Amino acid sequence: MTGVLDVVAGVCLIVGALLSLSAGMALMRFPDLLSRMHAATKPQVLGLLLVLTGCALRLRDAVDITTLLLVAVFSMATAPVAAHMIGRAGYRAGLARKDLLVLDELREADDRR
Amino acid sequence: MTGGRWRDRGVAALGLTVIWVLLWGSFTPLTMVGGVVVAVIVLTVFPLPPVTYAGRIHPLSVLRFAGRFLTDMVLASAQVAALAFRFGHVPRSAVIAVPLRAPSDLGLTMTAEALSLVPGSLIVDVDRKRGILFVHVLDVSGPDSVERFRQDVLDLESRIIHAFGSPAERHALGEVPA
Repeated sequence: MTGVLDVVAGVCLIVGALLSLSAGMALMRFPDLLSRMHAATKPQVLGLLLVLTGCALRLRDAVDITTLLLVAVFSMATAPVAAHMIGRAGYRAGLARKDLLVLDELREADDRR
Repeated sequence: MTGGRWRDRGVAALGLTVIWVLLWGSFTPLTMVGGVVVAVIVLTVFPLPPVTYAGRIHPLSVLRFAGRFLTDMVLASAQVAALAFRFGHVPRSAVIAVPLRAPSDLGLTMTAEALSLVPGSLIVDVDRKRGILFVHVLDVSGPDSVERFRQDVLDLESRIIHAFGSPAERHALGEVPA
């Protein structure tokens, strides 16, 4: 039973780490600020959840698991807010590359205002 | 002060106490009492604006929402990860406006949060008065995928309202109130 749990924990840790790696890659390779915000804020949420699950399965201790749970809850609650604040500031500062946008309904709405 | 206001404060105090106890990691009377004291101090010193919650929680719909949310997150993470390793392809994107059908403050916040946690969509701006979310979507190929995405956001909103919404919000979806 412990062996199975260890294997599952290992898989979670590796997949989580790979997702975080892909987030880093995307951060380097995506063309503009808004696309990079996706990379900087998102894959890491699932990656982090997997790493935390892996840790929880390996540690199996109530004290550690409650702390891991809090880390998960707070990162899920704060990541979207951070992404929104940076994305919004970046867009308003004109850092979004307009040539990469197929459609921009926010600018249309702003123009009407 | 109305009874609803006190109920909201009680829920907030309970939440803060639970977080305090979890941070200590031990369930002793001392941490519990300490948690309650800290919660009361925090709520008195930093009073929150009232959040009106008129909804009811439907467990089955919550499960449906959570399950769909997790699958969405896994699929979208895989997509964004694949995009990161795809060479010779510059992802194009779009900023689309999605007018929600039942824009209460809480509903708007929850939809925006859930939407933001799924990779590939990012809230750029919110028109709170008119209940419009401006969403940045990654890797859009054309008008078809824009419309599909707009429908996805509305579906997400209806799942959230089915799970947590009030009868008035359900009514705004154009369905018979449950």
